[in-house]
Amino acid sequence: MTAADDRAISARGLTKSFGELVAVSHLDLDVPRSRIYGFLGPNGSGKSTTIRMLCGLLTPSSGRARVLGLDVPVDAAALKPRIGYMTQRFSLYEDLTSEENLEFIADIYAFDRQRRKRRIAEVLERYDLTDQRRQFAGTLSGGQKQRLALACAVLHRPELLLLDEPTSAVDPKTRRDFWGKLFELAEAGTTILVSTHYMDEAERCHRLAILDRGVKVADGAPSELKASTGMTVVEVSGDDPYAAQRALSGHAEVVSVTQLGVRLRILIPDSVPRALELVRAALSGAGVRAEAEIVPASLEDVFVAVTQNGRRREARA
Amino acid sequence: MKALIRLLAIIRKELRQLRRDRLTFGMIVGIPIIQILLFGYAINTDVRNLVAAVADQSDTHLSRQFIAELGQTQVLDLGRAAAGPEELERWLRDGSISVGVLIPPDFDRRVLDPGRPAAHLLVDGADPTILGVANQLAFMPLAFDTGKASRPARTLEVRPYYNPERRTAINIVPGLIGIILTLTMSLFTAVAIVRERERGNLELLINTPVSTLELMLGKIAPYVVIGLIQLALILIVGRLLFDVPTRGSIVELYMAAAVFIIANLALGLLLSTVARTQFQAMQMTIFFLLPSILLSGFMFPFAGMPPFAQWLGELLPNTHFIRLTRGIMLREARLAELLPEVYALLAFTLVAMAGAVRRFSRRLD
Repeated sequence: MTAADDRAISARGLTKSFGELVAVSHLDLDVPRSRIYGFLGPNGSGKSTTIRMLCGLLTPSSGRARVLGLDVPVDAAALKPRIGYMTQRFSLYEDLTSEENLEFIADIYAFDRQRRKRRIAEVLERYDLTDQRRQFAGTLSGGQKQRLALACAVLHRPELLLLDEPTSAVDPKTRRDFWGKLFELAEAGTTILVSTHYMDEAERCHRLAILDRGVKVADGAPSELKASTGMTVVEVSGDDPYAAQRALSGHAEVVSVTQLGVRLRILIPDSVPRALELVRAALSGAGVRAEAEIVPASLEDVFVAVTQNGRRREARA
Repeated sequence: MKALIRLLAIIRKELRQLRRDRLTFGMIVGIPIIQILLFGYAINTDVRNLVAAVADQSDTHLSRQFIAELGQTQVLDLGRAAAGPEELERWLRDGSISVGVLIPPDFDRRVLDPGRPAAHLLVDGADPTILGVANQLAFMPLAFDTGKASRPARTLEVRPYYNPERRTAINIVPGLIGIILTLTMSLFTAVAIVRERERGNLELLINTPVSTLELMLGKIAPYVVIGLIQLALILIVGRLLFDVPTRGSIVELYMAAAVFIIANLALGLLLSTVARTQFQAMQMTIFFLLPSILLSGFMFPFAGMPPFAQWLGELLPNTHFIRLTRGIMLREARLAELLPEVYALLAFTLVAMAGAVRRFSRRLD
């Protein structure tokens, strides 16, 4: 690893255990600069723990990580001015106004007066908070709070932005707007590491790591991941999805059956020939009338496939 | 320079929040005033009007005169008459009286006999203060028209310095300064930091370039000023309502108070690194407050405590501060004469602060 590394983050064998519980296990990670890199995984999969290790808040039990060319947690002090961090929970002062919160953060990063004034006006404008600047942070709406938190996190123009489930408390429209802001930041050269459990958000990332119970089970661009699931996806639609589900879920070759409204998505490994015929036979064998066709994999299919693989490996062992 | 900007930012933020936090703001002014009114009026070791009853089995001219003189001392409130010693004992037991006066049938003869006590005082001795008052009554001179009674010769004459009127408030108010500051200062800081942790502010702050020391100094600096304002409040109320003087140097009193305030703020910081919730922080402050009231010499004379309690008391900042306030305010002592107490406070501050900085982790694990 050289100083001219084009990776913002690289980690090898990163592990964190809390007593008996292994929260993150042997994680290898390479995050390119100026890209949005996503951590996808359910609650408890180790996303927050990993982010906290990367910014020096937690000491890894083993393994090492370099962030912006600095070793963490050893050089965490030198790293702090160069990163921005947005916590899962709103962590600004609710009894200060938006502007006072920004002023406080500006002073913490020791801005001079002019830069402070200019930068605060800039972010208020950019994050559409100018009208709320004298409003107490505690009385802002969910979306406004989130924009204020982002404004504070980027106030000092960090090279790397770490976002821990930033959108878990806001509505879909706010989420879409928020991602628009993230793309602007990445465009301007900021590296963004964001954790989420929403598929549509994961889809927007340039690259993605899927975490399952502390283990990285997949890593790549969303399109790559979808192309290489190793699974055939069969979509079944019929009048009685429950009967169809009963007919298929016991089947030895079927990895998973997921219901989406009246449709079912069936995952069958590529190693099984003629997946479509197999599904149709199973359905008619059970006397269920339904349509079946092969469809491209979605990110959710990828997620189910990789996490199911882990479970199956475990069950066999 | 950057450190200074950050320090000022934290102080400014703290003051802004304080101004908006009505409860805390109210406590800054309310606690000192309410405490001084409560303690100032309620605590009185100069006992008067103890509820008493008399069983006069003699019922002579002399015994009635004796009862009248006892009443004139105002120590006893002789409202009830009992038939005999059994009734006195019953009233003592059920708590309706604290002192019973028993005058035996041969009172007139006993008065003339220096070898025998003339009458008996039955005292609820469970309360040492009442017992002490009764003991003083035992030496009450009797000036009957027998002409025989004479004043017992005193070997020692008591000359009360610094508080000739023996008013309890003179002793209580200087001690109360320490109690009030111990409570408010350690409570405010402990709660202020724990609140930031509870609300998640701290997780944000530890990801910025703020250092632990900047954070802690910025947190306690506003409270030093608040503590000194509280001191002024107590002094003014003490002067106006209880006529408690400040005989020594007011500047030196403020210097001593500043050292004591910082000691308690350091303690508050230390508690905040142990407590997980604001409620726990409050419990710990109370836990620390009780010995500060009981073992510091505020309630009971320090010299009278057993060695172990004295040893514990020496560890409490309030013990040293009470010696400073009583010394400066009442005995007109100079700070230079009381330096060991100042050193003790400084030592406490250093230990508490070092512990707080050590325990305050910039990491979450």
